[in-house]
This record gives sequence, structure tokens and C-alpha cells, in this order.
Amino acid sequence: MSLESVFGVGQSALVAQTYRLNVIAENLANAEVPAGTPDGAYKGQYPIFKSVLSEVDGSMAMSVKIDGVAEDQRPARSSYEPGNPIADEDGFVYMSNVNSVQEMASMMAASRSYQTNIEVMNTAKDLLMRTLTIGQQ
Amino acid sequence: MSWIDSSLSGQVIALQLKSERAELIAGNIANSDTPNYKARDIDFRAEFERRISGESGGALRTTNAQHMKPEGGGSAHITFSEEGGGEDGNTVESEKEQATYTKNAIQYQVSLQFLNSKIRGLKLALKGE
Repeated sequence: MSLESVFGVGQSALVAQTYRLNVIAENLANAEVPAGTPDGAYKGQYPIFKSVLSEVDGSMAMSVKIDGVAEDQRPARSSYEPGNPIADEDGFVYMSNVNSVQEMASMMAASRSYQTNIEVMNTAKDLLMRTLTIGQQ
Repeated sequence: MSWIDSSLSGQVIALQLKSERAELIAGNIANSDTPNYKARDIDFRAEFERRISGESGGALRTTNAQHMKPEGGGSAHITFSEEGGGEDGNTVESEKEQATYTKNAIQYQVSLQFLNSKIRGLKLALKGE
């Protein structure tokens, strides 16, 4: 029965979105951590998803898989803080290249996507429960 | 095919197809953030006609783990959407897919309802009350 594989697909999406939320939390937590060199500054990360044919036999549905994490290649933000003990000889410290606003928007998208996938699974559950009562009325 | 089978088969095929469609669209919604994913759907009419005419269909059977599965499964009438891809090449429009999923769920319940009334009718005829 194909409706059952909706649960597998939905679950893979929930796992993927949870992972995305974790990465976003990590980015936001490290956004304001200063470092003494541009290379030492925290680099923002984002997950890469890919679609795979679901494992249920004969199924046509595509599940989501986490394919890895990519690093944000934008340069680190520099800030002039001569009083800071870790500043380099020119008095600069380097912050991460994380854009907090962008991360917040991405967080909202992840959380909406999570909700949608739960809705999808709920609907599939209702349909299956109704199917179980075929011929009983 | 017995007369009971043939009186129910149309609704059963419709029900099966709608559940497969639900599966495909759930996959689209799940992959709304996957780069280069193309939204898919079933050409319902073509697939329904193919199955009702008794052509062997459905998924390909694999008997060995090394056998490759064709892209998009074994069903013949899967369509891929190429329109409206953003810069990541993903063509899923989340809102549209949600609406389609809900519509398909309602149509599934309609089929169930029809199947139920057919069964009720058959029961009535069998009892002869």
C-alpha cells in the first residue's frame, strides 16, 4: 500500500529539517565570536540535501537525505578593536561571516517545512484509518 | 474475473492510483529544499486507462540488490515539472503541492465513499431483504 510510504518520506524530511535547524542554531551561536585572524573566524555552514528513492519495495516516492554540509565562502567581517587582547598588530579582530537575519529567515523556513510535513503525515494517517473501515457501514 | 471483482475494480484502481499520487506529492513536499529536484506527478487519466485496460503496470520487480531502479519508479505516466525553477534548480512550489495533496486526499475519500456504497449495494443484493 503506497500510503504507508508517505510516513517514510515525511520522516526523512523531518530528520533533514531538524538537522538544518541544528546547523542554523550553531551558526547563530557562533555569529559574534571574535578571532585574531581571518582564517580563524567561524565560517557559516549550511546543509546540502539530496533526494533518494525511498527504500520501500516498489515505491516511487523520493525521500530526503543529508548529503553533507557546505561552508559559507564569504570573507570574515573585520572590526577595529585595538583594546581587544586577541586583536592583530593593526588592531583588528575578525568575526564570523554569518548573516544573522538570513539565518533567522532560514530558521522560519525550516520550521514551516517541518510543520507541513507533519500535516502531510497526519492526512495520510486519516486516509489509512478510513480505509480500514471499508465495507463496515 | 468474477462479477464482484469487475463491479469493484474501477474504484479499486482509482483508490490505488490516488494513494500513489499522495506518495509522489508527499515526496515533492519533503524535497522542497533539495537542489535540482524536479517536482513530479502522475498523469492520472493516462495511467488509469492503462491499468483499467489490464496492461501489466505498477513498479518493476527487482530480484537482486544490484538491479537498478528506473528514475521515478516503474510507473509509466509520471510527469516532471521543469517550470519555475529558482537558482538552485528546484521546481517544487510548496503551496501548490500542499493544495494538490489536500485535493488528492479528498478525492481519495470520494473513491472510498463510492467503494463503500458499492459494497453496501452488493450486500443488500446478496441478503435479498
